[in-house]
Amino acid sequence: MTSPLEQKKIKIAGPSVVTANRTWDGIVVYRTAAKSWSADLSEAAIVRNSDEAKALLAESVADDVGAVGPYIAPVQVGDDGKVEPGNLREHIRRTGVTIGQPAQV
Amino acid sequence: MYAYDEIDRTLVNERVSEFRDQVKRRLSGELTEDEFKLLRLQNGVYLQLHAYMFRVAIPYGTLATSQLRALAHVARKYDRGYGHFTTRQNIQFNWIKLAELPDALADLAKVGIHAMQTSGNNMRNVTSDQWAGVAPGEIEDPRIWSELIRQHTTLHPEFSFLPRKFKIAITASDHDRAAIKIHDIGLRLVRNEKNETGFEVLVGGGLGRTPFIAKTIKHFVHGRDILSYIEAILRVYNQYGRRDNIYKARIKILVHELGIEKFSREVEEEWQHIRNSSLQIDDEVIEDIRSRFTYPAYEKLPHMPDELRQAAADPEFEAWRKSSVAPHKVQGYSIVTISLKPIGKPPGDATAEQMDALADLADKYSFGEIRVGHEQNLALPHVAKRDLPALWKALDKLGLATPNVNLITDIIACPGLDYCSLANARSIPIAQELSRRFANHELANLIGRLHINISGCINACGHHHVGHIGILGVEKNGEEVYQITIGGRADENAALGTLIGPGVKFDEVADVIEDVVEAYLALRERPDELFMDTVKRLGVEPFKERVYATR
Ligand code: HEM
Ligand code: SF4
Repeated sequence: MTSPLEQKKIKIAGPSVVTANRTWDGIVVYRTAAKSWSADLSEAAIVRNSDEAKALLAESVADDVGAVGPYIAPVQVGDDGKVEPGNLREHIRRTGVTIGQPAQV
Repeated sequence: MYAYDEIDRTLVNERVSEFRDQVKRRLSGELTEDEFKLLRLQNGVYLQLHAYMFRVAIPYGTLATSQLRALAHVARKYDRGYGHFTTRQNIQFNWIKLAELPDALADLAKVGIHAMQTSGNNMRNVTSDQWAGVAPGEIEDPRIWSELIRQHTTLHPEFSFLPRKFKIAITASDHDRAAIKIHDIGLRLVRNEKNETGFEVLVGGGLGRTPFIAKTIKHFVHGRDILSYIEAILRVYNQYGRRDNIYKARIKILVHELGIEKFSREVEEEWQHIRNSSLQIDDEVIEDIRSRFTYPAYEKLPHMPDELRQAAADPEFEAWRKSSVAPHKVQGYSIVTISLKPIGKPPGDATAEQMDALADLADKYSFGEIRVGHEQNLALPHVAKRDLPALWKALDKLGLATPNVNLITDIIACPGLDYCSLANARSIPIAQELSRRFANHELANLIGRLHINISGCINACGHHHVGHIGILGVEKNGEEVYQITIGGRADENAALGTLIGPGVKFDEVADVIEDVVEAYLALRERPDELFMDTVKRLGVEPFKERVYATR
């Protein structure tokens, strides 16, 4: 779980998405195939090889007004096509903290 | 309390409107993130996993009730209803929207709070003992000197572009509550034979990847010379920082590489050039700052009021009093620590409601003043002893009377992988589980003073190296693994902990800590031999054996 923000060489081991934080409010977003950003992982564009990943990342970086700090993150695609985050860090980014927030308890 | 002057207020307001403009230009696309990043960091704004994080300085840990209410307001209006108090006398908000940040900053500026120098390679918030000015036996209120250094270094060009960030902490007590030995510069107020006030100066402390305990560089620097002496240290640091890449790091590395003798010789030489310059502090300047710190009009009160005597019959009150109430320099008063470590909750978090209610209690019982300490707890610095029972009842209703200060459940933990983009592993859930395991107050009391510190990566924001038990989260093959050290401490006898063995998995950490504690209970010579003393006497071996024998 080394910070993906430092990710230099682009090499992916499986299906991946580009994720970032939306500029105006900071929420977690994913790059969509329609060249925009969505808070919903199921709308993310899935890339499956390094060239696709590179292209999606380049396009995302260019949209600097929309979102901050884009990087490639692994996902798991189920047999039914359902997309899930590929590691704990991305899981936490998607579903929130794994602890109760005091305001909620 | 400290009264800011006009210059400070103008400066803070200018910074807010400047930042408002910068945010506007960022949102319109006029500024790229690369251009904006440095600007936002200078205003305490980081980007975290879920959102921007906003860090606000609480200089020397002193807050007025109006300021605490403003923090509550920011938590409620711009965040998710809570804030997180950190180990450096800051508060962090985890869910702030960039578009609303200028408004939040403006609301805070109204009460003299700002976020300058909470991030970036500059002189950070000068921290101090949270009991400053009220602890018995202090040489002098260390905040006077913190304030002097703050004024001198805030936005000063020489301190704004350092090779790395730079942190100073000051204490005026024999017992160090400001952890000065893990700061770049640590200052301890002392008197010389002529009864003049000055400082023992320590340098080169710090945690992170290469932890060091600070070393004494000079036993006495006269108060009037402290700015020139600090400046001399910074010049030597800056000079090497530029000359050779290897030193482009924290001062601790430089001190280690040069050796303390050579480093201090260089500082001494530099100092002789500048000590009689304009950096020498006039008595009037110090007098002026001193006069801005006001103390309450304490009453003459009995040492043991009836209210306290009666309440002593209640064991729950007594448990709280023993854990949370400390002697005050004025007879009839106490310093009350407010535990932000309720069982099973994230350490250091406080809700807006708690902050507001605490502000009301501080108005009623503590002359409108609150303190923030590096252990992620708060304190009320001037509570009349006769008010202790009433205060306890009120705190208990707010969930703020957990009697665990300095006990095993008074855990320091960084945000870890639940919030932090640099994290390798989670910290808070480990703290929560440990807190539940040792929730039984009799058990915690039997164990006695024991500090657990948890960090989610080697940056060591949770000070794991100096925890009596330190827990460091690392990552191994995509899994969270935790390394456990014992025998560290952060006080006047600061020491780094020793690793007890291979890392353990997330689910095993609490079991391992239970084993370590059981080993201690079996090994200690007397009930009052503290954990760290047993470790010192026996070393890590017996603990290691106990933990790994069955694993
Ligand atoms: C969640 C956002 C945070 C981020 C991104 C962050 C980042 C960092 C980084 C990168 C360092 C290491 C700098 C170095 O190399 O010297 C550091 C050090 C430190 N952080 Fe944090 N931190 C965060 C939260 C906190 C919190 C919540 C606390 C208090 C509980 C804290 C207290 C500290 C302290 C005391 C150090 C200095 C350790 C030393 O002495 O070297 N940080 N932080
Ligand atoms: S120690 Fe690491 S994980 Fe914890 S807050 Fe600091 S940078 Fe983040």
